[in-house]
Amino acid sequence: MESETKPTFSKSTGLPRKRFYRARAHSNPLSDSHFPIPISPSHVDFSLHFPKFVGTNNEEVSKKVEFADIGCGFGGLLISLATLFPDTLMIGMELRDKVTEYVKERILALRKTSSGGQYENVSVVRTNSMKYIPNYFEKGQLSKMFFLFPDPHFKEKNHRRRVISVDLLDEYAYVLRAGGVIYTITDVEELGEWMRSCLEKHPMFESLTHEELDSDPVVELLCSATEEGQKVARNGGQTFRAVFRRIAYVS
Amino acid sequence: MEEPHIEEGHNQNKLLDVAPALISVHPSHKSIAATVGSDLRVFNLIDNSPVTLVDESNESFHKDSVRAIRYSASGKLFVSTGDDKLVKIWSAESWRCLNTICSEKRVTAVAVSHDDSYVCYADKFGVVWVVELGGITKKGVPLLSHYCSIITSLEFSPDGRYILSADRDFKIRVTVFPEEPLQGAHEIQSFCLGHTEFVTCIAFVSNPELTQSYLMSGSGDSTVRLWDIASGSLLDTCEVSTVAGHLESNESEQTQVTVSDLCAIPDSSLAAVAIQSFQGILLLSCDLSAHTLSITKVIQIPGESFIPTSISLSTSTLWMVSGASNGPNQPGYSRVRVISCIDSEKSSVLEDEQIPGGTKLLEKLQGKVSIEESVMIAASEAVRAAMSSLLMKKQYSEEKREFRKRSRNDKKTTN
Repeated sequence: MESETKPTFSKSTGLPRKRFYRARAHSNPLSDSHFPIPISPSHVDFSLHFPKFVGTNNEEVSKKVEFADIGCGFGGLLISLATLFPDTLMIGMELRDKVTEYVKERILALRKTSSGGQYENVSVVRTNSMKYIPNYFEKGQLSKMFFLFPDPHFKEKNHRRRVISVDLLDEYAYVLRAGGVIYTITDVEELGEWMRSCLEKHPMFESLTHEELDSDPVVELLCSATEEGQKVARNGGQTFRAVFRRIAYVS
Repeated sequence: MEEPHIEEGHNQNKLLDVAPALISVHPSHKSIAATVGSDLRVFNLIDNSPVTLVDESNESFHKDSVRAIRYSASGKLFVSTGDDKLVKIWSAESWRCLNTICSEKRVTAVAVSHDDSYVCYADKFGVVWVVELGGITKKGVPLLSHYCSIITSLEFSPDGRYILSADRDFKIRVTVFPEEPLQGAHEIQSFCLGHTEFVTCIAFVSNPELTQSYLMSGSGDSTVRLWDIASGSLLDTCEVSTVAGHLESNESEQTQVTVSDLCAIPDSSLAAVAIQSFQGILLLSCDLSAHTLSITKVIQIPGESFIPTSISLSTSTLWMVSGASNGPNQPGYSRVRVISCIDSEKSSVLEDEQIPGGTKLLEKLQGKVSIEESVMIAASEAVRAAMSSLLMKKQYSEEKREFRKRSRNDKKTTN
């Protein structure tokens, strides 16, 4: 059986072991790494990612990816969302190849060990979402985008490497449908202020009200579902959330 | 292991100094401008005389290679910009420098809005800036950005609703040009995705009534493509490598060529296309109802070596320049040639004495009347190598990548 020959997998759960997939926490988003880039969304073979949902002929696709976890790390959020929204296709995007490998193996293992055919709706792709989001998603395709504990890039000269900026929000607004929601969270106060400020400045996003935040089941997953989030909770740290809705352009 | 890598970096830096000669003709054929290196030269085609530029600003005349020039659609203004980080706005009537904008980085592309109110310019880091004309402002504000890419071309759509930006990451972004551009252009209309190499040039082709407009784009992937910008959909792809390749040698296999420049011919649905390494011009015809693009004519340029680095069109006269400079303090070489009646059966490459402005124009724009062929050949090759070095993504071998990471802190300890 697979788990006997692969030391990187746990024999008991059949799931991959994180310690064999460790990587640096930081990755340089400026470098053009060595991974394939699809020419356009129609060039992506989503049947490879979601074989049970998508036929091999992309023309017949009725279902498209709706949730994207940008910088998905070890996949904690996606795994939680997969069972919460079993009929929604979701994908994680991650720059580090070892970490992407881990998430891939985790999803495959979960699909195998699941009794009810779960986790067929979740997948991961290695890419640089600061450059290639329009290559994967069509205009207005997504209903949710997640940016959990992004790299703070503390030095001012490195602020331009931050995944949330007013310029990049143009592209995120493009792939999000009107009414779609962008979720951001961090444990770094300055970054939290930065992200909130960028979203407030951008003419195509407005903040969710407290009532809306309270009634959204996804919001509490931001802190609890990921490795990063659990670490912050363990250390009793504070988190800073900014959750905004994509609206039509207001001049 | 150290030596070849350091030398390669040095050679690449020298290549990046190579700047192609540029040419731009007034929309009503009143004047013509050409640049090589930092030298901007203008000739008046109405009274056939060289123009003396007047620049009384603190940063007078360009001090480094000019990388983009153009007349505004109205013909009232002319802009020039480049490696000296200055965007100069000239009156195309008095040829005085009206304003000089200081950019933080080297500028790669420039466009003027149709009503002459705004100038947009793109820097080497992918940021497009906008400045309002008629004021005394010396600095632009950010309009939009292509993250970490180099923007090769900026254009306004014919109806002025959109601003288009093309980059070296194969993309063309179509953004709504807002009522208040100084607040930024945040609403992306579409992305035109389909090219498989850097995009070099974009231009609009329209029907004579100007009711239908489609975008054409040239790229390092040997194609010119046709797009509908409202949806971003690719309408047709025209391969140009076979034409260029076939005429150059007898090989039947396709090699990849770069489309270096293209311009639409007004009052027709034709476009003139210049290709690197090809001594001639292709005429492409666009069928606006069938949404197709095809090669309709190949015009070879007879005589000594002449590969156009930049082309510009007014009425039916196509102006071409070939040349380059090696940096700000090096003399550059440029040769100007003309094709008349380009959209008709009677199109012909003119001899020097037949061109509008004649040898007087050539003396002004070229700096001298004749250039040695060996110099022209060397210049063309240098331009081709420089563009490839700047825009083509570097593919490193595994070994080279590991070598490049050698100075990283966390890689020093061995496992």
